[in-house]
Amino acid sequence: MPKITVTVNGTSHTSEVEGRLLLVHYLRDTLHLTGTHVGCDTSSCGACTIHLDGKAVKSCSMLAAQADGSTITTIEGLATGNELHPLQEGFKEEHGLQCGFCTPGMIMCAADLLSHNPNPSEQEIREGLEGNICRCTGYHNIVRAIQYAANKSLVVSE
Amino acid sequence: MSNKFIGKSVKRVEDKRFITGRGRYTDDIVLPGMTYAYILRSPYAHARIKSIDTSAAEAMEGVVTIMTGEEVGHYGVPCGWQVNFKNGDTMKEPPHPLLVKDKVRHVGDAVAMVVAESRELAQDAAEAIIIDYEVLPAVIDASKAVEEGAPLVHEDVPNNICFDWEIGNPKEEVDAAMASASHITTLEFVNQRLAPNAMEPRSYIGQYDSVYDKYTLYTSTQNPHLIRLLMCAFVLGLPEHKVRVVGPDVGGGFGSKIYHYTEEALVTLASKKIGRPVKWTETRSEAFLTDAHGRDHVTKAEMGFDADGKIVGLRIKTFANLGAYLSTFSTAVPTYLHGTLLQGLYTTPKIHLDMTCVFTNTTAVDAYRGAGRPEATYLLERLLDLSALEMGVDPTELRLKNFIPAFDGVTQPGYQTNVALQYDSGNYHGVLQRGLEMLGYEDFRKAQAEAATTNKLLGVGFSTYIEACGIAPSAVVGSLGARAGLYEVGQVRVQPTGKVSVFTGAHSHGQGHETTFAQVVADRLGIPMEDVDIVHGDSDTVAFGMGTYGSRSLAVGGSAIVKSLDKIIEKGAKIAAHKLECSVDDIEFIDGKFTVKGTDKSLGFGDIALTAYVPHVYPANLEPGLDFSSFYDPTNFTYPFGCHIAVVEVDKETGTTKIKRFIAVDDVGNVINPMIVDGQIHGGLAQGIGQALFEGVEYDENGQIINASYMDYTMPRADDFPMFELDRQVTPCPHNPLGVKGAGEAGCIGSTPAVTNAVIDALWSVGHKVKDIRMPLTSERVWRAMQS
Ligand code: FES
Ligand code: FES
Repeated sequence: MPKITVTVNGTSHTSEVEGRLLLVHYLRDTLHLTGTHVGCDTSSCGACTIHLDGKAVKSCSMLAAQADGSTITTIEGLATGNELHPLQEGFKEEHGLQCGFCTPGMIMCAADLLSHNPNPSEQEIREGLEGNICRCTGYHNIVRAIQYAANKSLVVSE
Repeated sequence: MSNKFIGKSVKRVEDKRFITGRGRYTDDIVLPGMTYAYILRSPYAHARIKSIDTSAAEAMEGVVTIMTGEEVGHYGVPCGWQVNFKNGDTMKEPPHPLLVKDKVRHVGDAVAMVVAESRELAQDAAEAIIIDYEVLPAVIDASKAVEEGAPLVHEDVPNNICFDWEIGNPKEEVDAAMASASHITTLEFVNQRLAPNAMEPRSYIGQYDSVYDKYTLYTSTQNPHLIRLLMCAFVLGLPEHKVRVVGPDVGGGFGSKIYHYTEEALVTLASKKIGRPVKWTETRSEAFLTDAHGRDHVTKAEMGFDADGKIVGLRIKTFANLGAYLSTFSTAVPTYLHGTLLQGLYTTPKIHLDMTCVFTNTTAVDAYRGAGRPEATYLLERLLDLSALEMGVDPTELRLKNFIPAFDGVTQPGYQTNVALQYDSGNYHGVLQRGLEMLGYEDFRKAQAEAATTNKLLGVGFSTYIEACGIAPSAVVGSLGARAGLYEVGQVRVQPTGKVSVFTGAHSHGQGHETTFAQVVADRLGIPMEDVDIVHGDSDTVAFGMGTYGSRSLAVGGSAIVKSLDKIIEKGAKIAAHKLECSVDDIEFIDGKFTVKGTDKSLGFGDIALTAYVPHVYPANLEPGLDFSSFYDPTNFTYPFGCHIAVVEVDKETGTTKIKRFIAVDDVGNVINPMIVDGQIHGGLAQGIGQALFEGVEYDENGQIINASYMDYTMPRADDFPMFELDRQVTPCPHNPLGVKGAGEAGCIGSTPAVTNAVIDALWSVGHKVKDIRMPLTSERVWRAMQS
């Protein structure tokens, strides 16, 4: 079995993994980071989105073995101590979640979007969420949550 | 009583755990010694099982046990609602075994379950099971399944008819009314099959504890107590007091997680058999094959008008597809949740629905967000807009002419329909007028005329809907065949320190009960929201419950809590009167204080709570403690209504439809948390518009779903919608203590016909006089409609 070393939310882990183990299952079953969800089996829903070396990826679409040597952030690692990330705050303030199942993936995807485009238009946000499905919210308040976070981050960085 | 929280957009209490990745869904739970199940399913829609050979699989590494129909096929899941044939005969109710041993009846029918040390090993072993099938011809379409010579899904169900059924006025009266009509609009259409697609796949863990002889089932369900009742009393014959059912965080339901599924009983049995916990979580592809679908009606409907444009009659023939087996509430959906809504908002004097419910070699069909009511609304609202086009009148004027006049249900009586229900209160003109203001109707028609000369056509579609929610008065549904009561339970336990634990039988899987219910409790008791904890989803902590569906949680579950709160306040007043040495009639409870009327003598809620538990100075003959449980059984359904307006742009070259605006004016009675209600409407709109434009389960003639994944089934995505334009009117419900009606399904019920109507309107604006385009309205279908 291949041996991998990954840094997840600031902690280094070395594990032996089966060749066929998906990264999402490694995070959920081996590291017990169950905030990353599995919503589909075709890489279509984005519920499993994490950051791998600073970029949003669908963790169901790669093997754990492929992540060897990488640095990963999951939803559990997004807040700084007790201080919520502006996107986490935005989702709460704007009611961007209902059942919460898509939410970690949405937030991780949106964080990537804002890192490239700190002040996106509504259309850019909607297009940026193309890879993520939410069945509960109709996306309306997810868009507003991301706008909230963008506004807040702009104010902070000014 | 205080007024700090009710009516305010209080941010959700439950959000913290979800936004930090600490929600706890069933698949997140790991128990010591846990094993994993994989279910081997039929690849055929209809086939006889000649043999099953599990020997190679049994011998494989990591396999703990394998179960087949031989072992558990005598257990089956029941249907919860009995509907009779027109002639009074009982509906056909073939068994739905946990695992099939003789004949598979749809793709995905469960044949064997492998339990192994890991998910992967279980799946590997399942692939080594050898099944010899004799493939049989399959029947997919409900209207074809009733034809002579069609393959029989169940040998003992002639013509595949589960039952036929009718509602409304006598057929002859409706025929006579139609014969007198000066215009009849005829519409033949399909309300297509949908996959509910809650984002969390179904997941179950069975756990048997031999020390206490106790079972625990963790399940992604909308109603843990109902699952316990069904599984114990009707499937496995287990003693209910030895079974605990927990519905932890659940990632959306939309109806699909109401039903008792075979896998819940299977993991329970398997955990007893092997003495270890057994987890099963479906894949998304499996969800498409096994989670109950929604809709699937084939309908011919006719609406007759007199020369003044008043509706004189409505005559309908529908075939409803129930799939291969009866899911828990499947038989109620096309009947009592559908036929009873065909009055709509109109004074239609004569209505008749002739319904035939049919078995086919497809996945079971049951309630999906709206459940029968979207089908009724689609039928009526399509007919209204199409009739206006055919008669050359304005669709909004046609509605205004036929609306039931406003009534409050208090000083004016409820409205008795011709299809059994009595509406509680309504102001139907109000929502349409507000919608038209928001739209700017006259300007829109001008813009539409201009657009008609370009490649981007504009269309507007209307839908003025009503639904029956707050499900349901037990005696009424009992007389209609329900095999359950539909009350709700609410327990309020005031702790000695004055903090409050509330136990509700409603179950939250996105609706935000932990917030809304706490708002109600905090205001009624005049305490901070932080002092209130809402507990739900565990049959060991919550006394009983019927769960969440049919937009019932606040109207029924909230009312049960209010009943208990009233008892708390009544008892608190007795304790206060004793301590303040006055008559109980002189006590009033305001802002969290029991006060002697007209004085400044008072005791706080916390003081009274403590006294109830430390009863030293205490009324004689009064029990200590401050803890009440109540059952609330509603006296009627609630009837939310509203007006939805879609503005679409149709590309003349490609047939592509874009939603330009979507206006929704809903009247859901009183509102506790406007932010949450708006969120419910948004989500419903996306699903309703999704049905019109994108979604649909497609079967081939062999019974294979050709789009059973998120690659192939078009789920609505963020860039398919504009920002929704919402407004609200408030006509309180006259028969429950909060005056609330329910908001969970409204968006999904009203929106679908508005979109189809808008596309048809766009096409008529340039002379393509099409009556119908089959949903989903793909660009190809719209383009083809423009070529005819
Ligand atoms: S689970 Fe990864 S995209 Fe759906
Ligand atoms: S909040 Fe439920 S799927 Fe998005």
